[in-house]
Amino acid sequence: MNLLFDFTVDKAAKTIYITREFAADLDLVWDAFTKAEILDQWTAPKPWRVQTKEMDFREGGRWLYAMVSPENVKGWSMVVFLGIHPKTDFSTRNTFADENGNPGSAFSIVNNSFKSDGDKTTVYIEKKFDDLATLEMIVAHGFKEGVSMGYANLDEYFRTVATAK
Amino acid sequence: MRRDIFQAIADPTRRAILILIAMQAMTPNAIAAHFDITRQSISRHLRILSDCDLLAQKQEGREIFYELKIDKMKEIDIWLDQFREITEERFQQLDQVLYTLKNKKK
Repeated sequence: MNLLFDFTVDKAAKTIYITREFAADLDLVWDAFTKAEILDQWTAPKPWRVQTKEMDFREGGRWLYAMVSPENVKGWSMVVFLGIHPKTDFSTRNTFADENGNPGSAFSIVNNSFKSDGDKTTVYIEKKFDDLATLEMIVAHGFKEGVSMGYANLDEYFRTVATAK
Repeated sequence: MRRDIFQAIADPTRRAILILIAMQAMTPNAIAAHFDITRQSISRHLRILSDCDLLAQKQEGREIFYELKIDKMKEIDIWLDQFREITEERFQQLDQVLYTLKNKKK
């Protein structure tokens, strides 16, 4: 299935706009973005994985998680939920953190909105960075390795899923 | 001192300087004439851009002209492209998760 994916960078505004369509209804996609047990399954680029320490999805609440490398090295991140309109949108303040949830200084403000079209759901993400250097840190924080090693794993993963059907 | 290219574009004045010299090579004085700030702070910005390895200098008579090393700017795009790939990959993982969850519900 061909699913829409758009990724636009406005360097001057330090903002990234992402639009992505998913082949699932609104309830499921909303859960995938807001429930720890589902977030843990997809937010890390392989071979990294995400491990949630705390999840409190309400305004003012936070999601504290570790990005765990294959060598078991953990990089902690924290998402604070600023505003939530159920099944419509939610905004967050994202930072790196330590395992107790003490945030780093660099941050990004992210707004995720959801639009349902029956069995398809489109998610619009607007990521505004306080500094482009933050964006760089995110990639430096392990993601780079994730990408280069990731593709082979991903192909394998799809093959496994296809065979399991 | 070697600086990172992202420090170059982190500042609005430096972004404006980059746009100016992308059009044509310019002397520091000609660059400064476009801004309402001191010559010293223009020099400081030029030094940072130079530390980022974004400026080529060429001497013409007594004047030094600054030129943009456009290839260096491409590093930013290459790097942003990587971020795009990461994002794409994560969403492909989510596609699989959604697919599994949908089938479970049935």
